[in-house]
Amino acid sequence: MEAVNQQKNAARGIDIESMNRGPKLNMADETACIEIKNFNLFYGDAQALKDINLTIPRHRVTAFIGPSGCGKSTFLRCFNRMNDLIDNVNIQGQLLLDGEELNSPAVNVSDLRRKVGMVFQKPNPFPKTIYENVAYGLRLQGVNDRQTLDKVVEKSLKGAALWDEVKDRLQSSAMGLSGGQQQRLVIARAIAIEPEVLLLDEPASALDPLSTLKIEELIYELKEKYTIVIVTHNMQQAARVSDYTAFMYMGELIEFGATDELFTNPGKKQTEDYITGRYG
Amino acid sequence: MATNQSQHISQQFEKELQDIRSRVLAMGGMVEKQVSEAMEALITGDADLARQVISGDEDVNKLDVSIDEECIQIIALRQPTASDLRLVTGILKTITDLERIGDEAARIARMALNLAEKDRPKKNYRELHALGQHVSGMLHNTLDAFARFDVDAALQVAHEDRQVDAEYESIMRQLMTYMMEDPRTISRVIDMMWSARSLERIGDHSRNVSEHIIYLVEGKDVRHLSVEKMEKVIKGGE
Repeated sequence: MEAVNQQKNAARGIDIESMNRGPKLNMADETACIEIKNFNLFYGDAQALKDINLTIPRHRVTAFIGPSGCGKSTFLRCFNRMNDLIDNVNIQGQLLLDGEELNSPAVNVSDLRRKVGMVFQKPNPFPKTIYENVAYGLRLQGVNDRQTLDKVVEKSLKGAALWDEVKDRLQSSAMGLSGGQQQRLVIARAIAIEPEVLLLDEPASALDPLSTLKIEELIYELKEKYTIVIVTHNMQQAARVSDYTAFMYMGELIEFGATDELFTNPGKKQTEDYITGRYG
Repeated sequence: MATNQSQHISQQFEKELQDIRSRVLAMGGMVEKQVSEAMEALITGDADLARQVISGDEDVNKLDVSIDEECIQIIALRQPTASDLRLVTGILKTITDLERIGDEAARIARMALNLAEKDRPKKNYRELHALGQHVSGMLHNTLDAFARFDVDAALQVAHEDRQVDAEYESIMRQLMTYMMEDPRTISRVIDMMWSARSLERIGDHSRNVSEHIIYLVEGKDVRHLSVEKMEKVIKGGE
C-alpha cells in the first residue's frame, strides 16, 4: 500500500519524504562513545553517584539535567578524571572510553585529557594573547612550527565561531574579550588539540542571552566532529541543544532518553515533576 | 505518563493552567447547549429558539479566540514542558473542534428556521431526533472525559462515532427514498440532509476532541487510526 502510494506520488511529482520530519533518534542506532557500567562514587563515606549505567552516544549532544547537588557535575568530571585531584574520592564500576577503562593505571591522564576536553562555567582564558591561548595545547605537545600553529589557530577559532570577531587582534590579550567571546575562545582552545569528547559544564550560565545563543549554535555545529556532554541548569537550553537527555536526582540516574521524547512525554514521575517545575 | 496532578512551584502558572482547563469546560458546556437547543428548535419548529442559537454562535467564537490567546500567552511566557505542554497544545486543538461544533449547531438552527416555515412531516423528524440524541450524548461524554482526563471514556467516544456514522448512512438512504417517492418533499428533505450531515460532523469533532484528550493524558498520538489500532496504541505502548 505504502509503496504504491509512493509510486503514485512520485508520478505526480510529489515528494512526501521531504515533507516528513527525519526519523526520530533512537539509542539502538547509535554507536557508543563512553560506556558507564555499575558506576559508584564516594566522597569519603558519602555516596555521590549511585549505580549508574549509561551509554553516551558518539557525535551526539548528551545533556545532564537535575537539581543542584544531584551529582551531574561530579559525574561529568569523572570523564576526564578531574576527580583525581580531590582527596578522599573512591570509585567503583566501569567507565569505558572507546571500550577502554578510563580509570586503569595504564591510562596516561594527560593523554586522556587531550582526548576529553573540558569547558567550565566561568570562562578561564590564560593571561596571554588570543593566539597563544589557542596554540597553548599544541605548544605543550611540542609543536612550535609557526605555519602549523597559524593554521590550527585559524581553524579552531573558526570552529568556535570567533574568528571573524578576533582575526585582526590575535596578538592582543584574551582578557580584553567579552565574557561570551572568552567562552568561545576557551572552546577554541579545547578543540585545537582535536579531542574526541567535549565536556561542557554550564558553558553558558554566566553569559548574556545573545552569547548563549551563539554558544548553543556552536554546540550544534561541533557535534558533527565531537561527542559532546553538557551539564546545564537551564532546561530549555538542554531541550534546545541536546539530542539525548539524562535526568539525575540525588546521585541516581532517573531517566535517560531522546530529548524530544523526554521533554514531551517523560516516562518517570520524578522527571516530569522536575521539568515542569513541580519539583519542590 | 498521566497528566500531572501535583502542584507547581509557581502558583501563578498553576492557576493559569487551571483557568484554561475550566474555560474549555465552560466553552464545552456552551456548545453542548447550542447543539441541544438547535435540535429542539428543529424538532419543535421553534423559530425563536433557532434564532437564539444562531446569534449564540458569536459567544462561542469569542471564547475560542480568547482561550486561544491565553494558550499562546502561556507558551510565550511559561515555556511549558511535558504534561503541561501537552495540556496547552491539546486545548488549542480542542477549542478548534468545539468551535466547529458550534458552527454546525448554528447550521442546524438555520435549517430549523427553514423547516419551521414548511409543512411538518408525519413522523416529525423522528430519525433526526434519534441521531441528535446520540450525538449529543457523545458530545456530553467527550466533555466528561475531558473534565476527568479519562482515557477509557475518550476511547468509548471513538467507538460511538462509528455507530453514529452508520446511523447517518441509513438516514441518508431513507431520505433519498422520500425524495424519489414524492418529489414535492425535496426542498424539505434537503434541509434534513444538511442537518443530518451537521450532526454527523459533530460526531467527528467529538471524536477528534477525544483523541486530543488521549494525547494530553497519555502523550500518545492516536489520530487517523482505527478504533482497534487506537486501543492497541494506548494499551500496548506501541
